[in-house]
Amino acid sequence: MTSTKKDPILVVFQLSGGNDYLNTVIPYSNPLYYDYRPTVGIAEERVIKIDDKVGFHPEMGPMKNIWDRGDMAIIHGIGYANSPRSHFRSMDIWHTCEPDKLGTEGWLGRATRDIDPNKENVLTTVSFGPSLFRALALSGTPVAVVDDLDNYGLLPGITETEQRTKILDRFARMYSPAIGSSAVMDYLGQTGLDTLEGADILKEAPRMYSSDVEYPDTPIAKKLKGIAQVHMANFGTRIFYLDHGSFDSHSNQTGMADKLLSDVSHGLDAFLDDLREHNVDDNVVVLMFTEFGRRTHDNGSGTDHGAGGAAFMFGTNVKGGQYSEFPSMAANDLEQGDVVPNYDFRGLYTTVLEDFMGLDAKPIVDGTFEKLPILA
Amino acid sequence: MGDQDIALMAHLMRRAGFGATREEIEARVAKGYDATVEELLDTEQQEPLTRIEMMRYHPWTWRPGTLPGMGASEWLHDMINTKRPLEEKMALFWHGIFATGVSKVDHYDDVMDMIVKFRELGMGDFRKLLIEMAKDPAMIYLLDNNDNHADAVNENWGRELLELFSMGVGNYTEVDVRECSRAFTGWTIQPKLPRGPIGRHDWFFEYREEDHDDTEKTFLGQTGNLNGEDIIRIISEDPACARFIARHLYNFFVADEAQVPAWSVTPPQNPEAVDLLANTLMESGYDMRAALRVLFNSDFFKNARFARLKNPTEVVVGTLRMVGGAEFPAPGIGELSRQPSYMGQDLLNPPSVEGWHTGAEWINSGSLMRRVNFTAELVGDVSRPGIKDLVDRLKAQNVTAPAAAVDSCLDLIGPLEVNKESRDELIGFMSEGGDFSWDTPDQIATSTKRVSELLQLIVSLREYQYA
Repeated sequence: MTSTKKDPILVVFQLSGGNDYLNTVIPYSNPLYYDYRPTVGIAEERVIKIDDKVGFHPEMGPMKNIWDRGDMAIIHGIGYANSPRSHFRSMDIWHTCEPDKLGTEGWLGRATRDIDPNKENVLTTVSFGPSLFRALALSGTPVAVVDDLDNYGLLPGITETEQRTKILDRFARMYSPAIGSSAVMDYLGQTGLDTLEGADILKEAPRMYSSDVEYPDTPIAKKLKGIAQVHMANFGTRIFYLDHGSFDSHSNQTGMADKLLSDVSHGLDAFLDDLREHNVDDNVVVLMFTEFGRRTHDNGSGTDHGAGGAAFMFGTNVKGGQYSEFPSMAANDLEQGDVVPNYDFRGLYTTVLEDFMGLDAKPIVDGTFEKLPILA
Repeated sequence: MGDQDIALMAHLMRRAGFGATREEIEARVAKGYDATVEELLDTEQQEPLTRIEMMRYHPWTWRPGTLPGMGASEWLHDMINTKRPLEEKMALFWHGIFATGVSKVDHYDDVMDMIVKFRELGMGDFRKLLIEMAKDPAMIYLLDNNDNHADAVNENWGRELLELFSMGVGNYTEVDVRECSRAFTGWTIQPKLPRGPIGRHDWFFEYREEDHDDTEKTFLGQTGNLNGEDIIRIISEDPACARFIARHLYNFFVADEAQVPAWSVTPPQNPEAVDLLANTLMESGYDMRAALRVLFNSDFFKNARFARLKNPTEVVVGTLRMVGGAEFPAPGIGELSRQPSYMGQDLLNPPSVEGWHTGAEWINSGSLMRRVNFTAELVGDVSRPGIKDLVDRLKAQNVTAPAAAVDSCLDLIGPLEVNKESRDELIGFMSEGGDFSWDTPDQIATSTKRVSELLQLIVSLREYQYA
């Protein structure tokens, strides 16, 4: 299970609900920003400036440290044409790379298949969340879904260790393929044993882990810590997935976004520090995305669904800086009140898949898209 | 009351509904199988659902608009509480065929309105249902019929109507798709109001005569100035339509078939059964009740115990109905309603217009763990009325031998049929603790805990994944 050469490891971090681009990477030097956002606009003196045009939300202090290290890339104006401004549909498009029809195969499901075509490792891809996101879905490709690493496994309700061992031992014997009576029974048996194997391996991760880094006591930091633990345990996991939300700030955006961005920034900062402290950071990149940015004008309390957004990449391998361009906010250039995406998200996927993961991106994202020199 | 009667009734209730408590199964056996089938079919005999408690305690479940993940709460509550289980089961059946979801429609309300139509029309004349689906705003938007104009035909609805909703690939030509689509030009939705801050307003069907292609068409060999209703009539006259719906019934109620896209190349596993159901549909004027009556009374149904894998909704609702205690809309209904999605069946949001792939495709390591842990937590909770009743029965019968306890639990939880090796493992596990005793409070507590562990192991078996 332990690899000798360091394989590239991708962490995909989903901000669910539509994170507000304009209040995350704030164009404080553009007076239109303040014209459009009398309520949720952030005063220039509170912006954490990164250059003479844009700066971070005031709660993103820890991100500034990462930025200053040169370990953070900002991808401006990311999205795709004709945003449907629907959470469900837009997330689907990001997950399946199918903007014109309903897709069923996730881009990371395909990547998982390409990394481990013979399904040799049940932990090639591990998702920290309640369910299998469509990005990870591909029929026949196993993905471990963990909602709580400390309490992970089959039958967590049976808490006495000895009794649990006995019961899981019986479980394994009853799932043994030798006693299956049909192809479906055999398949169920194998899946059950894979599940047990994955759980047996994963539950060791917290025990093998020790660190001086203190993570904040937030749900998102807990997930990130889980990823660090599994990564450091060397189980051969190549893709991690996690999500946080909801960023759907139609109303009372100010307080809501403060907490969300603070939790994400502090959690991520601790995660990257943890990897650096253990010298296991040089083969990990984090890709952070959201399904769309929010409307340019605020609605008096929050912002509604928009189009163009920002994505981010983090890691020692990442060439820090700003990529693509901040889309024009001039009234004439807005589409249905939104900044128009100027960089296709499938280009970023291609960048990560080819320049980092070493995979053939074209069949995964279904086409050829412009890459960015973030990882080259 | 023979064991076989109980097993058969439990089978009927798992398939025609979402399972039942042991008490209900025994009461139904006393009434008889044929009478139970009639009672299930005659939905009007039973009280309809009331939403008063849901409205009172969870007002957000009423027309939840675009709240992600919240839409299925009301339906889940309905499935747990319904006195008309077959009506809800048929709603789930049609939802898997007319697979419309919020990932495109972007509004739970419109998709929930479809579920209401399935309840009202799903056990009646299929042709009426098909016409209502052609007029359904969510369906129109899903398949772009609002972009299907007299001067610019969009074939999306026309094609899926033939391929996925009525006939299946191989029973029509590309020209038929085109002509069918032309006949549905002008079937659209009323102009939309501007979107509100958290979603849009309801949609309504509108027929725009000026946008309808009012010229001659030839569809499946019939020529005339055909409109949408004519197309549906012509489709329904073709035996391929009856066979298609019959095969869906077989797949959903009897035994797992190949995935739907493979039907044009894979014959049914039981062609006689599908023909029987198809003939019933043709002869009865597409009366779904008539077909269901034939199905539930057939030997091929009665002999198909555990011949298909439960879908996630059956796992969640079936186990909840068995253990009881979820009837009242308690806090957590939102999370409960997401359980099927964690197992791969996001209600009101199927993965595509093809619906869910079923059978073994429900199972992967993530979904299997979800199934096992969710059901084990429920049956391990001895305060649940259904489990309490089960323990009381063991106590009343003074079941002491480990083998007897295993057999009783397998019986009371299903009856579940497991292979000899699994039964031996269960008995081996129970024998480690010796005989059960039910005399002192301490003994009762110990025995109850052991039964709880046994039940958790039983629902984690492969066999429990079958319906």
